[in-house]
Parts: sequence; structure tokens; C-alpha cells
Amino acid sequence: MIRLDNLTKVFDTPKGAVTAADHITMEVPSGEICILLGPSGCGKTTTLKMVNRIIRPTSGKVFINDEDTTGLDTQDLRRSIGYVIQQIGLFPNMTIEENITVVPRLLGWDKARYQERARELMRMIALEPDAFLKRYPSELSGGQQQRIGVARALAADPPVMLMDEPFGAIDPINRAVIQDEFLKMQQALNKTIMFVSHDIDEAIKMGDRVAVFREGRLVQYSTPDDLLAAPRNAFVESFLGEDRALKRLNLVKVREVVSDEIGTVRPGDTLEQALARIDDFGYQNSILMVNDRRQPVGLITRALARTTKGYCRDHFQNVPATVALDDDLRKVASLMFAQDTTWLPCVDEEGRVCGQITQRAMTHHLGSRFRPTQEDDAPPPDAATRE
Amino acid sequence: MELIQYALDNLELLTSRTIEHIALVGVAVGIATLTGVPIGIAITKNERVAKAVLYVASIIVTVPSIALFGIMIPVLSLIGQGIGYLPAVIAVLLYSQLPIIRNTYTAIHNVDPALREAARGIGMSQNQRLRMVEIPLAVPVIMAGVRTAVVLNIGVMAIAAYIGAGGLGTFISRGISQSDPRQLIVGAVAVSLLAIIVDYSLLAIQKRLTPKGMERAAETA
Repeated sequence: MIRLDNLTKVFDTPKGAVTAADHITMEVPSGEICILLGPSGCGKTTTLKMVNRIIRPTSGKVFINDEDTTGLDTQDLRRSIGYVIQQIGLFPNMTIEENITVVPRLLGWDKARYQERARELMRMIALEPDAFLKRYPSELSGGQQQRIGVARALAADPPVMLMDEPFGAIDPINRAVIQDEFLKMQQALNKTIMFVSHDIDEAIKMGDRVAVFREGRLVQYSTPDDLLAAPRNAFVESFLGEDRALKRLNLVKVREVVSDEIGTVRPGDTLEQALARIDDFGYQNSILMVNDRRQPVGLITRALARTTKGYCRDHFQNVPATVALDDDLRKVASLMFAQDTTWLPCVDEEGRVCGQITQRAMTHHLGSRFRPTQEDDAPPPDAATRE
Repeated sequence: MELIQYALDNLELLTSRTIEHIALVGVAVGIATLTGVPIGIAITKNERVAKAVLYVASIIVTVPSIALFGIMIPVLSLIGQGIGYLPAVIAVLLYSQLPIIRNTYTAIHNVDPALREAARGIGMSQNQRLRMVEIPLAVPVIMAGVRTAVVLNIGVMAIAAYIGAGGLGTFISRGISQSDPRQLIVGAVAVSLLAIIVDYSLLAIQKRLTPKGMERAAETA
């Protein structure tokens, strides 16, 4: 857990005092990723760097796991916090192994222990230990270097990590890969993480909570879904972008919206029966045909069923696409647009049909989260109170 | 032909003078490195002090060596060392400060701020940062400064023959006073060759001292 209590930084500049962070009070619960989000100069980086005293707070306190860090020795404090920066900052004069083990060595671990730890970390970041440990940073690609940067921060297994735009300098394709890898690692590691970003999409993807900063103040602190559904003010709203409803699609899984009621036909049914079922269920265009194991095998269209006689197995069309329960709605929407359809069958892990998802259900789900908060201006309970 | 003959006839003397020359420069630059590198590191903490120190070091280099020897004669005579070994070493020591201090200062000063922040952020003390990161990264540039100092002072040391410090300069001074071009030319060529050879040897040492991961970066420097 990281708790900031009225953390403030005032810089003395030739033009006068500038308040970079103004009474920031917030708490990151254990095991969660909190994204500090905002435009440049909003105070998010200053706030992050006050946690490990790269920037010394003017006033206010930082608590880590309920312990006031004010009294701690600066070096001890920093060694107990993982730190990842955008420029990566691997030491070019050290091998990968020396880079990764630098904190354990500072802490005085014995050699066997930190060497074993280095191998363990390399496996965790999916780089072959034997191939990489003896190489130098300049021999690695940017993406590999940042994985090493993350491994270095994790080396002494700190409970808390600070990450300053860690994936900002990596190309978009590799960035997505590293983000996914990192989230997977986090599921196992459960670190408490503060993570600076100026990228709203990254914030939504990575964050359990998002803190939006503006001009040194914490404007809104809530879950990504609440943030997108109920931006606190016009600034947050404009920062999130006009497509924020679409961004929320990323956050919702099919299983939250799926309707398990779906009418189907069998290959052995007649088209007449199929037409009856289409009407029974009120489907507009077509009905799904499944095999004995309830796997989707085809579509029977209303137009065809009305004009043709015979069995379903002889007159079906291909199923355009199916979605899985853990897919997000963004993928579903994309498939619907691409296939020009308003519904898609949903399958479970074994590929059996377990329901359907309709465009209407999706818009209803998003809308139901928007509506009450738009009518009622009261802030959500977990939001920051300062404005 | 005559020159080669002369050199061969006096090979023993030539060798001992060369060794003497190397020893003089070696001791002086060695001491200069031990003082210049710490000074160069220390002044990175304060820009104003850095400017002042580098300014003084630059002024010293502008003093002609003959004048410097002249100034030192009355001062060092107080301890009975007005001429000979001691003033020669002191002169070279002083001349070496600028390249060594300046290169050390520049190298440490130019360490990538991201590396410095990373080092601070993971909890290195100031000394650990210097020892584990900043000095290893600065070594190639510091060594380049030492090389400059050595080559520069192999020339200066030739003049120190006039105050009786020995070395290859004695061939030159005798050549002039005895109007003997053979001695003059052999001495001059020997000094030049020595400078070139020593420069290349130090370059080899510099490469060896360069941290492995930085070889590519060091070649372009």
C-alpha cells in the first residue's frame, strides 16, 4: 500500500515559486496498479518521484504499508522500492547479470543467491538466461532492454514499484507485447505499483485505478470504468477524448453482457422448423445451427427458410465469427462492424455455444453505466475530494 | 648514414637517456593523474569552483616551460633543489593538470542524467555511484587526457635538459652548444619517436580499460 498525505512540492524558479504538486492525498491499495495520468507539467511525475525522494517533498508524507517513510534512510527507502524509468537507464559498463543484480549486491546478498535470482528474473521476463546474462545492454533491442529494466527493479522483490512512463520509448507493437507480459507478471507478483503515463489507452489497459492530474492537483481518482463513465469535469472529459464510450469497450468482457438465451437448430431439422424457431425467438435475419456437441456450424437465414424446402444441413451459410467469454467488447464491436451483423454467437472454452451477444445488449450495458451518473452529479465514493 | 652510424655508436647512451626520459615523464604524469582525477571529480559538484580550477589550469599551460623552470630555480634553491630532477617533475606535473582535470570533469559531468537517476533511484550512495557507474564510464575519456598529458610533456621534458634533468633533451642541448647536427637531429628524432610510440601504447591500455559494453561507444569518441 502506498498512501500520500498532503504531499506538496514547490519549486523555486527565477520566475517565482511554482507549485508542481499541491496537497496530493491518495492511497494505492496493496497489489494494485495506479496510473498517474495527465498532460505534461501536470505534476504526475513530480508526485511519483517524491515517493522515493528523487524529488524531495516540500511538505506532506508518504506512507508505505502504513509506515511513515519520512524517518527512513533515503538509500534504504530506495532499495526497498522498484524503480523503472522511461530512458531505461541500464548501466552500459555492466553485463545484464550485473545490471539485474545491482540492488541485491547493494543489499549484500551472497553471490550464489543473487546469481540464482538473476536466472529466475530472466525466466520471468521470458529472456533465455544463458543467452543474455553475460551480454551488455548495447547488444539488446529497446524492448529487451526495458524488460531488463523491469527485472532490475524487481530484483530484490520490493513490495512497491514506481514506474515513470516505462514503456513510452518503445515502438507501439512491442509496447503492447510488453504491457501484456507485465500484466501477466503482475497477476503473479501482486506488487503495489504507481505508474506514470500520459497515454489514456495505456492507463485504461494497465490501471486498476487512474489518478488524473492537472496543474499540480489531483482532479479525479477512480477505476478506469468509473473514470470513463463519469468524468468529474470538462477537463477530464476532454482529456479522455470524445470516444471515451468506445474506450470503455476495452474494459468490459463478453461474459458481463452475454445473454445465455439463444435459439438454435440442428442439421437434421427441416427449414420449416427453422423458420418457426426464428419467429419464436423473434430473430430478424437468421438462426444458428449447431452440431451434436453444440458447436456452431452454420446459419440458416430467414429468407432462405421461407422460400426453400429441405433440411437445414443442406442449406446453411458459414458462421461469420464467434466470440469467447473473455474477449472484450472492443473485439466484439469490431467483428460486428466487419461482418455487418448485430449479433454474434458466444462460445465457451470447448467451443460450445453458450449464448449470444447483441449490439443492443452492448449499448444498453454501456448506457446503463452512463445514465445514473449523468443525471446525478454526486462524485463516486472513491473519487478524490479535491478539485 | 652518418646519423644512423652516430646513433648506433651511442646506442647505450641513447637507451639510458630514453629510459631516463620515460621515468621523468612517467613519475610526473603518474603523480598528476593521482591528483588531477580526484580534483576533476570533486569539481563536478560545484560549477563555479570547476570554472575557477579549469581557468587556473589553463593559465599554467600558457606559461612557457623555460620561464617556468626559471621561476622555480630561486624557489627550489631554498631546499637545494633549484635545478635537476625536482623542478622538471614539478613542471610536468603542473602542465599535466589541465588535460587530466578537464577530461575527468567533462567525462563525469557528461554521464547520461538518466543513468545517474537510475543509480540514485535504486539506492546507490554517492560513492557507490562514482565507483560503480560514473568512473567506469569516464575511464576512456580520462585515459585520453592522460595520453594528451604524456605526449605534451615528452616534449616539455626535452627542454628540462637545460636545467640538468637529463633525458633525451641532453642530445639536443649539446647538439646546439657544440654545433653538432648529428646529436641535435638524433635527439629530436628520438623524442618524436618516443612520443608516438608511447601514445600508441597508452591507446592500447585505454582500450583495455574501457568497459566491455562501451567499446562501440568508445571507438566513436
